[in-house]
Amino acid sequence: MSFINYMAREINCKIVYYGPGLCGKTTNLQYIYERTNPDAKGKMISLATETERTLFFDFLPLSLGEIRGFKTRFHLYTVPGQVFYDASRKLILKGVDGVIFVADSQMERLEANQESVENLRTNLAEQGYSLEKVPYVIQYNKRDLPNVVPVEELRALINPMNVPDFEANARSGTGVFDTLKAVSRLVLNELRRGG
Amino acid sequence: MVNPQMVMYEEEFNQIQTVVDRLVREANAKVVFIVDKNGQLIAASGEVDNIDTTSLASLTAGNIAATGGIAKLLRENEFATQFHEGEKANIHIQLVGNRVILVVIFDSKSSLGLVRLRVRKASDELNRIFEALLSKVQEPGGDSPFAEITDEDIDNLFND
Ligand SMILES: Nc1nc2c(ncn2[C@@H]2O[C@H](COP(=O)(O)OP(=O)(O)OP(=O)(O)O)[C@@H](O)[C@H]2O)c(=O)[nH]1
Ligand SMILES: [Mg+2]
Repeated sequence: MSFINYMAREINCKIVYYGPGLCGKTTNLQYIYERTNPDAKGKMISLATETERTLFFDFLPLSLGEIRGFKTRFHLYTVPGQVFYDASRKLILKGVDGVIFVADSQMERLEANQESVENLRTNLAEQGYSLEKVPYVIQYNKRDLPNVVPVEELRALINPMNVPDFEANARSGTGVFDTLKAVSRLVLNELRRGG
Repeated sequence: MVNPQMVMYEEEFNQIQTVVDRLVREANAKVVFIVDKNGQLIAASGEVDNIDTTSLASLTAGNIAATGGIAKLLRENEFATQFHEGEKANIHIQLVGNRVILVVIFDSKSSLGLVRLRVRKASDELNRIFEALLSKVQEPGGDSPFAEITDEDIDNLFND
């Protein structure tokens, strides 16, 4: 749920990175953090385990610039991907304006991706949202690895709705900003329609 | 969407700011701020230059969300109040009207008793203001400033 502040002339939107464990959600945020001007970003917060798995969430506030005199601010969150953190994932989804699903392109993670999309659908539905209506894009990550599933095949399996999708290597940054821009566009379009 | 759009207008903002400014004084607090349940900062007062209010806002909302989740598992109503005592700083977190979160940070110049007392009064006032704000938002005809934006406006955001 975006927050329009007429007093501060600001609009705040919440974007959530979703996907199975180790697919690269935190890496996306880290890359965005590294490549953003200091005046356009706040501190990145990571609530993680000692082995750097996300425990609750990562958080990165970004300022994108102005539209019609309103500062647009995006709050980026990642969920913990490990299956048993489901209760936390539900909490992070509250008030979401846009979702990026990060898929792990490796052959052995195919099933984990499918389960995670289903889990996203269920958890959104619990909040009264539907995956069909929420601004939603997909990123096929880890394209640099040798054992990846062809994009066509991934698309057929996890993108039946044909939402905007992108190949990425979150470690080197390929595709990271394209994915973020795509979901931001959808979110702003939703605002225009008074969503 | 299920939630009504969260909106803040000048009139209500000024009322809220008055309440938090007064709470800082009357509770002898270092910092007071208000966050919505999604972690967005609504207002702040006190020694805010020395702290990262954006981070604090997101973490307190996460904290309230987590304890809210625990409450649900225990079939409890939401735990409306939390208090954490540190060596120098203490933090008092109060859920107001199940809608926004009122956070007071204080040190030894104040006391938990005083903070509690003042928070109770401020909560009532804030509750009234947010009720009024919500009914205003639900009125039809509130024009969104974004109704008129163009594809070009959106593209321009990303031209850097
Ligand atoms: N080769 C390669 N490795 C990647 C890529 N993206 C992320 N990784 C690596 O994958 C591992 C897991 O990445 P994270 O970003 O922590 O994964 P996550 O999705 O946040 O995982 P959880 O927090 O457990 O949900 C790290 O070692 C990353 O460096 C990629 O595009 N290519
Ligand atoms: Mg992570």
